[in-house]
Amino acid sequence: MRYLPLTKTDRDTMLQTIGAASVDELFLDVPASACLKGPIADLPFHKPEYEVESLVGAMAAKNVAAGSCPSFLGAGAYRHHVPASVDHILLRGEFLTSYTPYQPEVSQGTLQYLFEFQTQVAMLTGMEVANASMYDGPTACAEAVMMANRVTQRKRAVLSGNLHPHYRETVETMARTTGFTLNEAPPSPGALENLSSQIDDQTSCVVVQNPDFFGRLHDYTMLANACQAKGALLIVAVTEVMSLGLIKPPGEMGADIVVAEGQGIGNGLNFGGPYLGLFTCKEKYIRQMPGRVCGQTVDAEGRRGFVLTLSTREQHIRREKATSNICTNSGLCALAFTIHLSLLGEAGLTGLAELNHAKACQLAEQLAAIPGCRVLNDSFFNEFTVELPKPAAGIVDALAKQPILAGVPVSRLYPDNKAMANLLLVTATELTTDEDMDALVKALREACR
Amino acid sequence: MSEQGDTKAAAIAAMEASKGIMLEEPLIFEQGAEGRTGIDFPAGFDASKTKPRLGATRRKGKIGLPGLSEPQVVRHFTRLSQKNFGIDSVFYPLGSCTMKHNPRLNEKMARLPGFGDLHPLQPISTVQGALELIDQLAHWLKTLTGMPAVAMVPGAGAHGEFCGMAAIKGALAARGEHRTKVVVPESAHGTNPATAAALGFTVETIPATAEGRVNLDVLKSKLGPDVAAIMLTNPNTCGLFERDIVMIAEAVHKAGAYFYCDGANFNAIVGRVRPADLGIDVMHINLHKTFSTPHGGGGPGSGPVVMAESLAPFIPLPYVTHDGKNFQLIEHAADAKGKQPFGRMKGFHGQMGMFVRALTYILSHGADGLWQVASDAVLNANYVLASLKDVMSAPFEGPCMHEALFDDRFLKDTGLSTLDMAKALIDKGFHPMTMYFPLVVHGAFLIEPTETESKETLDAFIKAMRDLAQKAKQGETEMFRQSPRFTPRRRLDETRAARQPVLKWTGHNAQAAPQTAPTRHKAENALAQNTKSEDDDAAWAAPVLKTAS
Amino acid sequence: MAQTRFTKEHEWTRLDGDVATCGISDYAQKALGDIVYVELPPVGKKVKQGEQVAVVESSKAASEVYAPIDGEIVAVNDNLAGSPGTVNEAAMGDGWFFKIKPANAEQADQLMNEANYQSYLKGLNP
Repeated sequence: MRYLPLTKTDRDTMLQTIGAASVDELFLDVPASACLKGPIADLPFHKPEYEVESLVGAMAAKNVAAGSCPSFLGAGAYRHHVPASVDHILLRGEFLTSYTPYQPEVSQGTLQYLFEFQTQVAMLTGMEVANASMYDGPTACAEAVMMANRVTQRKRAVLSGNLHPHYRETVETMARTTGFTLNEAPPSPGALENLSSQIDDQTSCVVVQNPDFFGRLHDYTMLANACQAKGALLIVAVTEVMSLGLIKPPGEMGADIVVAEGQGIGNGLNFGGPYLGLFTCKEKYIRQMPGRVCGQTVDAEGRRGFVLTLSTREQHIRREKATSNICTNSGLCALAFTIHLSLLGEAGLTGLAELNHAKACQLAEQLAAIPGCRVLNDSFFNEFTVELPKPAAGIVDALAKQPILAGVPVSRLYPDNKAMANLLLVTATELTTDEDMDALVKALREACR
Repeated sequence: MSEQGDTKAAAIAAMEASKGIMLEEPLIFEQGAEGRTGIDFPAGFDASKTKPRLGATRRKGKIGLPGLSEPQVVRHFTRLSQKNFGIDSVFYPLGSCTMKHNPRLNEKMARLPGFGDLHPLQPISTVQGALELIDQLAHWLKTLTGMPAVAMVPGAGAHGEFCGMAAIKGALAARGEHRTKVVVPESAHGTNPATAAALGFTVETIPATAEGRVNLDVLKSKLGPDVAAIMLTNPNTCGLFERDIVMIAEAVHKAGAYFYCDGANFNAIVGRVRPADLGIDVMHINLHKTFSTPHGGGGPGSGPVVMAESLAPFIPLPYVTHDGKNFQLIEHAADAKGKQPFGRMKGFHGQMGMFVRALTYILSHGADGLWQVASDAVLNANYVLASLKDVMSAPFEGPCMHEALFDDRFLKDTGLSTLDMAKALIDKGFHPMTMYFPLVVHGAFLIEPTETESKETLDAFIKAMRDLAQKAKQGETEMFRQSPRFTPRRRLDETRAARQPVLKWTGHNAQAAPQTAPTRHKAENALAQNTKSEDDDAAWAAPVLKTAS
Repeated sequence: MAQTRFTKEHEWTRLDGDVATCGISDYAQKALGDIVYVELPPVGKKVKQGEQVAVVESSKAASEVYAPIDGEIVAVNDNLAGSPGTVNEAAMGDGWFFKIKPANAEQADQLMNEANYQSYLKGLNP
């Protein structure tokens, strides 16, 4: 077995040292009735590397990779180019195979990039502090609501109807299982919501998204003021982190907590995971912030160094009084994000965001020209909502056979909402070519006939 | 610009401090220059040709990101990587973390475009292979544990705990029962009580026996109609198998409660013992421990949860099914026939990238290889225990399972602590073991070698530990207090970090000159050191202010 | 000024006029190590003896602080936010946590005096 170094001689010598006749003797505390007599027979036995590669490769080959055809999907996961150097660095064993940096003297590499990551995230969102990441955008959003409940000592959150359904449903699960209430607005594609009227002195927070689920852009400054007036926190969720290269950051709008899905920078689609939850807040709330945090300090010789800090909020110290039961961050995904954003820099990120927007504008114009199609958004970044003359799901399935991945039918996430059955979310990124757009326009023109 | 000039000077000064291969590396923010970038755009692209549709939301101010070229970025992160230990370079005997080798085939498979470049909301017809892989991994996990159901979506171990306990809450609600208590042994991982509390349960802690196991009589006395579940780790955090587990399960079930098992230590028994045969109702599995997906400096992980028939209806969304012809993904409660899902726990469908790695690992080993994995993991740990117990102090009789536990009695009167031993071990080229956990013994050393270490490595480690134990007893305290000496940084001032948190670069923290000499390092670096203060010889129970009568 | 009284949970309280100053004992600060943060209750909060009112953190441990007597919080030590190390330097003086207006002036007399507390500590560390 290629991953197991012990030889038969090793095992025999070691058993002798231990004073046991066999390995079975070491399992003597296991009830005899539960000890299997040998390897489970109805499972396959070991395989050489090339056979495993061929088995797993065969499953991969049954899928249509997004990059193999024109692809316009978004809705919380975005296909951007990931530079080759990102993955090259990610695969370095010192990053890939290291543990959580609890031993700072031998983890300065991980700790320094986490410090850089936190700085980048704070800069992008316009916020004061960031943690070292969470599982993904939706879990970060749910943690944000629970943090707002702790900060305000209130237990009712207001959710925008134009929040990504996975974010909303993740918050709903936490509300049901941990005991707080929600005031949820209905989805309103193409129209503005009035959430200010929902806020009262029992409201812990208002959760909105920018760009919202349907792609529309917002300035939430007025809403932030309305929240502040009632002692509630404003939580802004960003599902396409690339948008922050071009859009006014939520921190400037007065957000108290900003959460985001960081996948769009440095991380591939990976069929939905692992992704990267970004979490930021105002500095005055850091003691209530969930998740790991890296901080700067000095070593015994006075040199700058980094450590995990504020750990007294966490489960391994506070146990049942911790701010969250979560202990993992998305370390490698955060590293990918940090490397990619370092490559981009100010000029690269703003330029890339401009390019995404330009592509989306070009596509929106072309789609709007198809008879029967209507673009609902007056504003957007790289994703917008198109109203088709018939149900979007059927069209998407039909185009998938060509194959063209035409976008995300809203009904995939809202199966029971008949009013939105004809809506299609369409995304263009820097990877979308003129030929891709032509193919989609041609296919949609026929499908809509 | 003078501020930029200062930053550059600091960056150059930092690099000048390098000594041979001990490289100093400034922050990325100290290396940027305006107009520099590490990516290119298509020739002729001109953003001003587009009529923007941003409404009034265009960003006005600068973000503040530094500009670097690709060679600078590659060098920066390569230099950072050289300041890290990793399993690839050193032995990592971290108890309860299962730091086994991460096969590179796993990485190659996860990067196949058919998995890595798959959008989670593509039409189901275009992702049949991905759903097949999830289904196949699910089949292995169910078979290896003897459980009929598995929830694949949880993002890590603690998320899996939440999933399992939420399922229990759902099942109790369906029975029309309102049970409020969860029983947790004091040796449990911190996530167990944190999870139970997050779900609104009150936590009842039970003490361990002198043999480091659950006290069955005390447990029985805590069971009653208000107890929802027991959360138990098995093998437990002392590295011991809970001998009474079948009786524990019987007592728990008799009281109408559920048996949650923290599967963090599944590596000890994988392929040799099926948790279902022990009476366990629900257990999470850390794919990043038992099934070799990389720890990655703290994530991402993956924590599928296997469940007994009684809990199977109460799983989270989404999940994969097969309709006889095709794989389907059940994403909405309305489509969940015969089940009562408790909802969605995260975005999309689970940690696919980790599923590919874990299944690749499982197929490589097969049932026979996994049997050998558990066997060698347990053999290695017992070898370490047998080879060190005469110079260190083991609190419990062996044999152990996959990890060996020692306490700090052997350091009595040396003036040295567990932490000192661990830091000195770094200077010998090993990552420290888990320290001060579990809390049930004083000054714990928890050593988990895993099956992927050779006898030669274990012998070198044993030699290093014996040498340190001997030096400690001979009173060579100064060497310990100064350690680690051969690392990019010496011991770090954690008090300073926590008192005035500096959590990001602002341009003003470029200089590292200490305001005060960092002399005090009392409560340093331990994984969960709420047990003992280094300078304090008093054997007080932790935390001190909680020791109310 | 009345004499200083101690709880078994290592809080101290000292009545001065009609206000009792409260903090954690020198033993407690030593045991915790370097204090990095103190979370204080809001002024005006009504508290009961034994109720958790504050949290004190060292870099690796966190402990609850309980109200030594019934009453109302009338002041908190805002200086601790900027310099939590004061608790290590002067736990019984400048490192005080909060002041309580006692509901019952005699209640503190039930607590240990200095001598009793010292022998209680000896019992903890034989």
